[in-house]
Amino acid sequence: MEIMYLLIPLSVILVFLIGVVFWWSLRSGQFDDLEGPGYRILMDDDQARGENASTTPPDQHRGSAAANE
Amino acid sequence: MSETQSMYNYKVVRQFAVMTVIWGIVGMLVGVIIASQLVWPELNFGPWLSYGRLRPLHTNAVIFAFGGCALFATSYYVVQRTCHARLFAGGLAAFTFWGWQLVILLAAISLPLGFTQGKEYAELEWPIDILITVVWVSYAVVFFGTIAKRTVSHIYVANWFFGAMILTVAVLHLVNSAAVPVLAAGILTPKSYSAYAGVQDAMIQWWYGHNAVGFFLTAGFLGIMYYFVPKQAGRPVYSYRLSVVHFWALIFTYMWAGPHHLHYTALPDWTQSVGMIFSLILLAPSWGGMINGIMTLSGAWHKLRDDPILKFLITSLSFYGMSTFEGPMMSIKTVNALSHYTDWTVGHVHSGALGWVAMVTIGSMYYLLPRLFGKPQMHSVKLMTVHFWVATIGIVLYIASMWISGVMQGLMWRSGNADGTLAYSFVESVKVTYPFYAIRLVGGLLFLCGMLIMAYNMFKTMAGGSTADAPVLLAAGQHA
Repeated sequence: MEIMYLLIPLSVILVFLIGVVFWWSLRSGQFDDLEGPGYRILMDDDQARGENASTTPPDQHRGSAAANE
Repeated sequence: MSETQSMYNYKVVRQFAVMTVIWGIVGMLVGVIIASQLVWPELNFGPWLSYGRLRPLHTNAVIFAFGGCALFATSYYVVQRTCHARLFAGGLAAFTFWGWQLVILLAAISLPLGFTQGKEYAELEWPIDILITVVWVSYAVVFFGTIAKRTVSHIYVANWFFGAMILTVAVLHLVNSAAVPVLAAGILTPKSYSAYAGVQDAMIQWWYGHNAVGFFLTAGFLGIMYYFVPKQAGRPVYSYRLSVVHFWALIFTYMWAGPHHLHYTALPDWTQSVGMIFSLILLAPSWGGMINGIMTLSGAWHKLRDDPILKFLITSLSFYGMSTFEGPMMSIKTVNALSHYTDWTVGHVHSGALGWVAMVTIGSMYYLLPRLFGKPQMHSVKLMTVHFWVATIGIVLYIASMWISGVMQGLMWRSGNADGTLAYSFVESVKVTYPFYAIRLVGGLLFLCGMLIMAYNMFKTMAGGSTADAPVLLAAGQHA
């Protein structure tokens, strides 16, 4: 299985690179807050209002307007 | 800050989103055609429209055209919204759209003409492979460029999944597609032969093939799941901590599942065992992610009752859980001895492809389309619910019929008489499979009908919609 001489070193390099990225994210504080980011995407209202619904948010139980709560 | 003045790039997202639905219909239509050919072999017209040439067209269309466009659309949307930054290099992003459509078009022409490298899910010949590479590198530049210019410090977990997908697919494509073009009278031809030979080639092929499943069809779509499930449910993901663990566990352990596609072949026994062990390990991160996604609805299960988008998303996670349990089981050698080469495999693939990939895609598209066309919601919520039920019944018919015919085939092929001869001839197993092929066709047809309903709903939503971009907003509760 000569092909393993390609695939195994490739895996080792990849795991090493993944390790480097993991180390970077650890050091740069990506894991400092493991609760907040989940909430933060909900604080981004991306609901389109449509031409005749500029003031009233649409239908609370269906759209992601619920994210505003 | 000046960032508040700029707009999100919705144009490229809109283009990819619409093409997701269009290519979904095309790819599934080809699927229905080849399913019909298995019921009525008379439907093989000429060499161009024969099963052997249409089958790779089906797989390429659904994976790379339908699934690919869905990944581009959702990743471009998610990376902008979660990084609070406009897409990096707008011109390059437009190029990824037109370049990817060109790849699809070339595939649709070259595969029926018989140009193929004969590698599953990598059939396209070398000139198209080069184009794919150029488009994919541009995709990476656009995606990671946007990450780099983010205005929030945290990179949301969905982006990690998308990013891993982009990088890994690049490596897989480059290694597996290495080929030597054929020269005819000193001129390059579109025909080529693999750079690897024999079982070495098979190992590379399934290292690619299974990791394509793992990163293109799993990691990428998990990125979709981690953004759209919480957004649609209006609740944060059940455990953000678990989602981060899920990501790192998945990418550290994925790479070696490929050899389970080559059980009981010329591949050395130890390599097969390595593949089996890694496949079994994968059950843990997969189920962690599945539970994390579904439990996001914990305490708000009532939302499932009247929200068809959540129905699609949560059902997709159930299928994800089911097929990531079935997969490791089928990778166990003794189980594989029964399932290999039978329709069980086909059923398993479609429980992942229709149940997980297509359902999560459809859910995210129903979420995206109204937002991209300035509408409060899809034209008809009722039709979305109809689509959900038609698609779900289609999948169940498809998978159940393939389970039955697959196990039946496996049992018939292995049963022997007392004197050591085979109890059944091959054609006898084909004959008993026949009714199940008809049921499978009905299932596929139902799923295709669902996509047609979706297209109608999409065009109705697009009509009179605005194609304005949304302004980039500063992140709420941002911390340094």
